[in-house]
Amino acid sequence: MDGYHDMIAAPATPPGESGIAIVRCSGSGVVETLAPIFRPHRSGEDIASLPGWQMRLGWLLDEDGGEVDEVIFAIMRGPRSYTGEDVAELHCHGGSTAVRQVLRLCLKRGMRLAEPGEFTRRAFLNGRMDLSQAEAVIDVIRARTERGLRYAVRQLSGQNRRYFDEIEDALLGLSAQVEAAIDFPDEVDEPDRAGLKQQLDGLAAVIQRLLTAAARSEIYREGARLVICGKPNVGKSSLLNALTRKDKAIVTPIPGTTRDVIEEYINLRGIPVMVADTAGIRETQDHIEQLGIARSRESLQNADIVLLVLDLGSGISEEDLAIYNQLDRARLIVLLNKDDLPQARISEAEIERRFSGVRVLRTSLVEERGLDELEDRMEELLLQHDNERERLELSFSLRQQEILTRCHRLLLDMGETINELSLELIAIDLALGLELLGELSGKTLKEDVLDRIFHDFCIGK
Amino acid sequence: MAYDAGKFDVIVIGAGHAGCEAALAAARMGCATLLVTMSVENVALMPCNPSIGGPAKAQLVREIDALGGEMARNIDQSRLQIRMINTGKGPAVQALRAQADKSRYHAQMLKTLQNQENLSLLMAEVTDLLVDDSPGLPAVTGIVTRTGARYACKTLVVTGGTYLKGRIIIGDLAYSGGPNNQAPASSLSAALMARGIRLGRFKTGTPPRIDRKTVDFSKMTEQPGSETPLNFSYMSDPVERPQLSCWLTHSNSVTHDIVRQNLDRAPMFTGLIEGIGPRYCPSFEDKVVRFAHKDRHQLFVEPEGFNTDEMYVQGLNTSLPEDVQLAVLRSIPGLENVRMVRTGYAIEYDYIPPSQLSLSLETRPVANLFSAGQINGTSGYEEAAAQGLVAGINAALRARGQEPFILRRSEAFIGVMIDDLVNKDLDEPYRLLSSRSEYRLLLRQDNADLRLTPRGRAVGLVDDARWQRFEHKLKLLREGEKKLRESSAGPADTALNALLSSRGSAPLRDRVSLWELLRRPEVFIDDLTGRTDDAGNSLLPPLPSVLEQLEIQAKYEGYLHKQEEQVARFERLENKPLPEDMDYDAVYGLANEARARLKQVRPRSVGQASRLAGVNPADVNILLICLEKRKHGP
Repeated sequence: MDGYHDMIAAPATPPGESGIAIVRCSGSGVVETLAPIFRPHRSGEDIASLPGWQMRLGWLLDEDGGEVDEVIFAIMRGPRSYTGEDVAELHCHGGSTAVRQVLRLCLKRGMRLAEPGEFTRRAFLNGRMDLSQAEAVIDVIRARTERGLRYAVRQLSGQNRRYFDEIEDALLGLSAQVEAAIDFPDEVDEPDRAGLKQQLDGLAAVIQRLLTAAARSEIYREGARLVICGKPNVGKSSLLNALTRKDKAIVTPIPGTTRDVIEEYINLRGIPVMVADTAGIRETQDHIEQLGIARSRESLQNADIVLLVLDLGSGISEEDLAIYNQLDRARLIVLLNKDDLPQARISEAEIERRFSGVRVLRTSLVEERGLDELEDRMEELLLQHDNERERLELSFSLRQQEILTRCHRLLLDMGETINELSLELIAIDLALGLELLGELSGKTLKEDVLDRIFHDFCIGK
Repeated sequence: MAYDAGKFDVIVIGAGHAGCEAALAAARMGCATLLVTMSVENVALMPCNPSIGGPAKAQLVREIDALGGEMARNIDQSRLQIRMINTGKGPAVQALRAQADKSRYHAQMLKTLQNQENLSLLMAEVTDLLVDDSPGLPAVTGIVTRTGARYACKTLVVTGGTYLKGRIIIGDLAYSGGPNNQAPASSLSAALMARGIRLGRFKTGTPPRIDRKTVDFSKMTEQPGSETPLNFSYMSDPVERPQLSCWLTHSNSVTHDIVRQNLDRAPMFTGLIEGIGPRYCPSFEDKVVRFAHKDRHQLFVEPEGFNTDEMYVQGLNTSLPEDVQLAVLRSIPGLENVRMVRTGYAIEYDYIPPSQLSLSLETRPVANLFSAGQINGTSGYEEAAAQGLVAGINAALRARGQEPFILRRSEAFIGVMIDDLVNKDLDEPYRLLSSRSEYRLLLRQDNADLRLTPRGRAVGLVDDARWQRFEHKLKLLREGEKKLRESSAGPADTALNALLSSRGSAPLRDRVSLWELLRRPEVFIDDLTGRTDDAGNSLLPPLPSVLEQLEIQAKYEGYLHKQEEQVARFERLENKPLPEDMDYDAVYGLANEARARLKQVRPRSVGQASRLAGVNPADVNILLICLEKRKHGP
């Protein structure tokens, strides 16, 4: 019998304390295998005879008939299940002990522990999804925010495949033109090189746009880093508090209180943003504070956004400007805080003079004024709106990105050399491009492709 | 009255282009061979176009030659014109094309057959097959002729062409007949079907022939042959021979109107023709309907021989009624007063859908029975001859109890063609096109000997004379490449720099190897032939075929390398054998269609499985994983 027929089981929920946990089993006969050790509350019911999409509450029993845990037994019959096979899910109580016991029972009944990604691998092998869909499952698991989840789910429904198909079709069309001119020189004119180049460049531009869009939406999955800096006691911690709306950083009027980098996640319109409130960067003899400053510099370098907070109340000082001059303006937003104080007077002309070409905002953190605008600016900076009306929402796996990047390079190179190349050489490059794109759809077969894809899954998926 | 007439190792039915190659190959490999034809007068008949070669087909002819086959030598002896087409394009699509003197082509081949040791020629119609029906796979053991003679054999090659239940159609007229109004083979179809071989029906056609004396060539464009001598065969240096010209003219809107007005009488459209015709060699009426926007089509008027006034009108395949054919012809510039010698016709015939064959061209339902040529659903003399050669080699190998001879897609256009035939479902007659190969740049007409002569030698078909010639060429090539890589030119080489400047190429600033220099599009091998080495010896041999090869290898090194890498990726799956005893029923997850096809074909490798119609990438991945499990499993 083939190895892929056997029954597998694994926890489908992450380890650790939780309300419920799920052990998922797949393979022909899983329901029938578990039925003898499940005692439904509705007595007399034969679990094994139930059709798909049913749930029953009852007791899971050990080999001696002792009650192990009260579970919900969910039945999904193949082929209309995640894997395409019969699937049983045991929803037990959370916590590692319960899960371990339920899993142990499954293995005792003849199942084996699933390998990483094996459920999805089976789903692929059973025709429940194509490769690009299967890859998207990784993203679903990893999606940290709802919006990231939405992108990943969209890909699961085959959105990426549509883009890949469109590129592939276009390349196939070019290839057909070239092949026809080679094989039927009497009937078909040789395609005009300038026209070919235009089409190749156009296609490369499409791929570039997809890659850019994906890199942009990558941020929904991977998140971004925000660093708040400024001299001590200008309101950095208040800003962090306002952003997180949690009282996590210590807010005191004593300069230098925030000595370490305090990290906190905020949800910036769906983008997970890690916010670091740094110690103020200033010359100091305090050893602990020096350590904090060193760490601050490091996090500044890795930041996607830097917020420089200036205190309008005390005026813009030399120290402020010293910090300002160390910062990368492309990633910078300057906050003129304490705009609410009567002595906070700074003219637009002065702002323009001092911070030419830099994003500047007036805020009053005490009054929580200017925060919405701040969020606008931060989102804008992260997504780098380039006036593209069409905002593709995409997410690619590393493998997909790599293939598209190679394909992009190939198309550009072809465009460069097209005037020197005879048709049959152009045909070779087009074939290479199609071979690359075939790797996205799974049409180009590779011995190790399944390993590469499914290996990346966590157990239980 | 039936009687036992003799015993042979290999019997070949049919003496067309496939049959001749099959019989010669088997006989040359030392098998006692019988070649049975319905008409000795029609051995190697060219019932359609009078030309051999052209894109992709020239590669086939050269491959046949490299393996020790006959077609190239035969056309070299009997041609009336030869030229290289696509010369403005790269080396992979350049192609030799020869016009044949049809009667000389036939006579030359007949002489070769009759002079061949181990080969007997017999004129008879085969009406039945003798088959051993004892338990297991049925195996062919001989043939029966209409006159009752029984001939026993170890292996049989059927090359029935378009003769099987042939039916000629001209307008509303239809009658039984083989090509050129030969008698059809009426019993062989039933004999094959009785043995479990499925038959299909295809259609092909031929244009009218016209009388040279009634053609006004002043209204046409002359297409002369090549001024430099050219040859198909690697066995002889190009020889200059007398040539005749072909003539180019065009159809026009009047021609197309005549066709349109008579479509109601065209058997293609009235339903009289049921067989499926080739898309790549469509009838003229097909072209007028399908390319309605084109106001003219090319037509070539080609001589059929030195000693005949008949001319062939290439591009005008038709089965329109005779009176319409005449009207069509007379609407064409230069043919206003033409007289028609033979009427164009369509022919319908039985063919063996080749998905029933294995890659050795043996039929799967009957062991030791091979089929080759147009009967396998192909079109073209070259396609037929190439299959004939492979079937003949395999019939001989089987008769000796040896492993089959299979050419891969990465080795030869012959391999591409047979792989396509066996693995794909044909929905029209198969014509080889250069785009059918993934590795066109490697499978060129100029290097067929380098690719295949060692393979031909290994099966015993390449004789000593050819082998010595090949080894000599190989030696010159290796030396030539070494010298080109080791010798260099530099800024001091004023003559060379002057040449470079005159061609718009940058003069040399540093020393570069001659090999590097050849990569420049403006530099050719002929520019380097005058150079000598330190000892004053000529750097390069004077052999044009060697020089051509060196130039191509230097100029296209980068792309050749790209293709070689592609081949290496391709071969990874080709080199994964699927076990003979693979139980496809036990492979979980295969789609039903894929499972059925895999069970039927039993592909030799995962690579072949991946090309089977009905087998999808997901199915192949399942096979790969299944193999992986078998490897690691208990």
